[in-house]
Amino acid sequence: MLEVRDLQAWYGDSHILHGVTFDIQEGEVVSLLGRNGAGKTTTMKSIMGLTPRRTGSVKFRGKELIDARTDQVARAGIAFCPEERAIFASLTVIENLLLPPRIGDGGLSLEAIYELFPNLRERAGGQGSKLSGGEQQMLAIARILRTGARLLLLDEPTEGLAPVIVHQIGRMIQSIRQRGFTIVLVEQNVRFAAAVADRHFIVEQGKVTDMIASGTGTLERLQASLRI
Amino acid sequence: MDTLFGIPLPLFYGQLLLGLINGAFYAMLSLGLSVIFGLLGIVNLVHGALFMTGAFTAWILLDTFGLGFWWSLALAPLIVGAFGILIERLLLRHLYGLDHMYGLVLTLGLALVIEGAFRNKYGSGGLAYQIPDALRGATNLGFIVLPYYRGAVVGISLVVCLLTWALIEKTRLGARLRAATENAPMVQAFGINVPVLVTLTYGAGVALAACAGVLAAPIYSVNPQMGANLIIVVFAIVVIGGMGSIMGSVLSGFGFGVIEALTKVFYPQASSTVIFLCMVAVLLFRPSGLFGRRS
Ligand SMILES: Nc1ncnc2c1ncn2[C@@H]1O[C@H](COP(=O)(O)OP(=O)(O)OP(=O)(O)O)[C@@H](O)[C@H]1O
Ligand SMILES: [Mg+2]
Repeated sequence: MLEVRDLQAWYGDSHILHGVTFDIQEGEVVSLLGRNGAGKTTTMKSIMGLTPRRTGSVKFRGKELIDARTDQVARAGIAFCPEERAIFASLTVIENLLLPPRIGDGGLSLEAIYELFPNLRERAGGQGSKLSGGEQQMLAIARILRTGARLLLLDEPTEGLAPVIVHQIGRMIQSIRQRGFTIVLVEQNVRFAAAVADRHFIVEQGKVTDMIASGTGTLERLQASLRI
Repeated sequence: MDTLFGIPLPLFYGQLLLGLINGAFYAMLSLGLSVIFGLLGIVNLVHGALFMTGAFTAWILLDTFGLGFWWSLALAPLIVGAFGILIERLLLRHLYGLDHMYGLVLTLGLALVIEGAFRNKYGSGGLAYQIPDALRGATNLGFIVLPYYRGAVVGISLVVCLLTWALIEKTRLGARLRAATENAPMVQAFGINVPVLVTLTYGAGVALAACAGVLAAPIYSVNPQMGANLIIVVFAIVVIGGMGSIMGSVLSGFGFGVIEALTKVFYPQASSTVIFLCMVAVLLFRPSGLFGRRS
């Protein structure tokens, strides 16, 4: 579904990605793992065209997107949920939820979203900035489920959240994968990643250096590969 | 005769009305400035010149094409708004992400060029523009004689401000605009074409200024300086209201018009400085403005 080849990216003069290469099949959940500053977020941003400069190849459903503008990448069917969640403080919860336009069929209905995230229904009229960290994360994910985008890039969805909420997000990911979404996950929480993803790409100094498929002893193999 | 603190009441009410009328122009101009600054990060110093262009457009539409006030009220914002879109596409878009100073200098230069062009063609004496027939005359409200046209200016301005507020605060398009003001890259990552949104917003802000210019034509003389005199005050109002706050701009616009008028009644010497005193006071106690969101 997504083929990334020799993806390089720069912030000004700093060369951050030095040729990231990986593939994702439709319906898979994969994770990008690596140390702080390895380039995981930059990989997601440069897939979206959010870095100032990028080269290489990003093919989605056979369509080359390396020269596309960010909004064209989104319209092709890729949605991004950033690490900082980017809930808009000047918008209400429901305005945040309805902000991303529909770009295709196959998105969840508002009703289905409220079933996945009951809290959001109660908070719909409130200001986005008044939500708790967990609720903000749920809103940030819920927002991109409506649009019809079939590939979701989730950057550290469990960061800074209490274990119960992490558990809830894990269940939510299982439930949306059953609906046929394809998911790329960046995680610091290796245990969480081992539990929800089918395959894991190890990112080191702006490159993918290893791929580990889930199976027996995944967690140990991941920890060995990450040297933690 | 009734008096208030030694001031004859008719004089007091007369000034109050004048304050509301000035406030109507302040509100419409500061609204556009504030929205433009919020989304583009451009301090649009050409706003006053575009207000003036709106007034001249009304005069030219009448003089050359025989199109009257109501036609101008509809057409001038479109014409000048389209000119604004050109300015944004050709010039301003190169400045996004740079220091505010670049936008300030560019738009100031543009204002001087536009004002110079009109002065060159029409002189600086000022041209008369008639009040539309339907709004000639006045009514006696008992405590004051209200010229219909002046009442209409306040009314139209209020309607325009409220519609703009509703558009920004209550619609999907407005939500996109507010979101892009906060975090444009993220809005673009949702598949929204932010550059188009930016262009349209600038065009709409300019159209508001032109609309105010048409309304001003029958009240003030149509002259190349009419915007330059206003714009500094309007800037102070945007700062007082809080950059980027819609309601703040409208309320401070009308509010300051009234304060200015009352100062004229009670202490005329201070009437042209009171706005800046207000601005200093507000900035001391609320640096983000009366209605500004703290960032
Ligand atoms: N906007 C930016 N400007 C300049 N350098 C940046 C910028 N964003 C990230 N970097 C640099 O790029 C490198 C990779 O950052 P990135 O955010 O992709 O790492 P990450 O793998 O997501 O790390 P983390 O686990 O901390 O989120 C880091 O060295 C970082 O300092
Ligand atoms: Mg990161």
